[in-house]
Amino acid sequence: MRIGKYCVNIMMGKSPTKTPPEKISTEAQELHERKKKNGEVDKVKAREEHQIYRETHNKKWRKRRWTTLILVNLLFVVSYALDIQVLEGALTASRFLGFHMADLNSALQVMLAFKTVVINLLIGTVTILILWLLLGGRTFCSWVCPYHLLSEFAEMIHIKLVEKKIIKNHLFNRKARLYLYIIFLALALGTGYTIFEAISPTGILSRALIYGPTVALLWVLFLLTVEIFYSRRAWCRYACPIGLTYGFVGIFSPLKINYNVDACHHEGDCRKVCLVPHVLEWTIKGRAPDINVGIGPDCTRCGMCVDVCPTDSLSYHFKGLSKKK
Amino acid sequence: MSESEKRPERLSRKERERREFMRTSAMVAGVTGFSLLTLIPTVNNAAPRLRPPGALDEKEYLASCIKCGQCVQVCPVEAIELADIFDGQGQGAAYIDARDQACDFSCDGLQCVLACPTGALTHEINYSHETRMGIARLELPDECLAMKKEGFRGVTRGLEYSGKLRFDEIDRWEPQPLNEQHFDLPLCDLCVRLCPIEIRANQCDAGKPPSGDQNQCPPNRAIMLSVEKKADGGLQYRPTVLEGCVGCGVCEMVCPTTAPSIVIDERKVWEDVA
Repeated sequence: MRIGKYCVNIMMGKSPTKTPPEKISTEAQELHERKKKNGEVDKVKAREEHQIYRETHNKKWRKRRWTTLILVNLLFVVSYALDIQVLEGALTASRFLGFHMADLNSALQVMLAFKTVVINLLIGTVTILILWLLLGGRTFCSWVCPYHLLSEFAEMIHIKLVEKKIIKNHLFNRKARLYLYIIFLALALGTGYTIFEAISPTGILSRALIYGPTVALLWVLFLLTVEIFYSRRAWCRYACPIGLTYGFVGIFSPLKINYNVDACHHEGDCRKVCLVPHVLEWTIKGRAPDINVGIGPDCTRCGMCVDVCPTDSLSYHFKGLSKKK
Repeated sequence: MSESEKRPERLSRKERERREFMRTSAMVAGVTGFSLLTLIPTVNNAAPRLRPPGALDEKEYLASCIKCGQCVQVCPVEAIELADIFDGQGQGAAYIDARDQACDFSCDGLQCVLACPTGALTHEINYSHETRMGIARLELPDECLAMKKEGFRGVTRGLEYSGKLRFDEIDRWEPQPLNEQHFDLPLCDLCVRLCPIEIRANQCDAGKPPSGDQNQCPPNRAIMLSVEKKADGGLQYRPTVLEGCVGCGVCEMVCPTTAPSIVIDERKVWEDVA
């Protein structure tokens, strides 16, 4: 549970630290020592292995994730456009075959602003809470949120521009998201308006997809421009309260990315592709507190690290269902 | 290129942290500030809107609406639209542009109210006549064809107009394009003739309440042409709004004058005008 608290603190914006030796299990300590000894010998071989893997790996999880994200959003669009009534509404609140569903952050804003909870909203909120509790919390971000997909494309351009030394990446302090989270909760409660909903790129995009383009999309475009030219994945990393709401759910989720330190070469490819690389600091040599560790709740379970890892040290793990290596 | 230009500038840890702090503060202030800007049009009531049936008081309505558009999706005449960013906090919230397409209650069961997941459209109303969206008002009496004692012949709003209304005698379930309806009226009474509340009241008076349900019968009439004596002794006919008016906007929608002679004052109730 100590480890759990540490991970929650990281999600709140605390910087990852070296793992103190007393918190590392004996097995893991032995493994770290062994790796230290023959580290230099393995290094050249590891680099070669990585190179081959980079050229051949097929990004399986990204394909699955993009397909899911597009299909979910498409289902919203066609439900209305073709009047097939499968998934009615938008990402903020909807009905799937008649069953109420409500986005947790939108529902939270409404409950705080309106100070009343009608039964349908409660049913929708609990349904979605259970769904993402099972599926990993921030899984919503990378597998459903339409802004995430656009942001991924923006990130690709950003990385190209940084490689060509045309721009530099600018980091923000990750505590910003917690502050914004508290600000938006307080604003909803204090003003009686769902303040965040008016600037939520997720809501704006979802409605624009379903009901037609709006001028509000310019805000989304602005955010993407910032992410391309100024700061990598800025909105998702440092600002979006939706991510933190689902992050809280993820604390209790049985679905996590599992890190097995045994075969890991500690090359850090996983951290390079990760939207929230602070959750992967345990993959740094000597940091893993155990042979197997679950990656913290800020992880969006996007699977980019799983795709990029040549040694299968990172994998999806559902507590009680799948076996750890 | 000189050596010093090639090497990236190395900042001290303290300087880097200072810059990060400034950057982060600016970002938090910027996002918060932008979100607060959306309050301006709302607090100034820059865009007063006709809301769908059952909408709570404006402030509560905006607080409770989750901006999902489920009401938009169920409306058979597609009367409901979602506002854009210029509505500030009303962005994504449902409204009706009556001149464009009014609510004619052709769903009978207030589908938008049933679809609303948050109670922003209150579930306390069940029938069209219980709705209070606003009150109609004769805004341009000099333009009004009835006031001018003129008839109306042809298609109201022109052939290009895409609005729909239900005409029970044509199809109980499928709303008809208004531009397919030809009228030949010696005295224009479209606002009375097409009023959904009046239509229901007439059906009830004829002993045929909608769906055979007596509860559908409006307790009050909504609009009539009242006969007035002019100063010169002649008669004139004035569209007169009555207590039963719910502000659905059909009269505004069907009025054939260039600018609608009759309009809805959104959110007004009978007590405000009586």
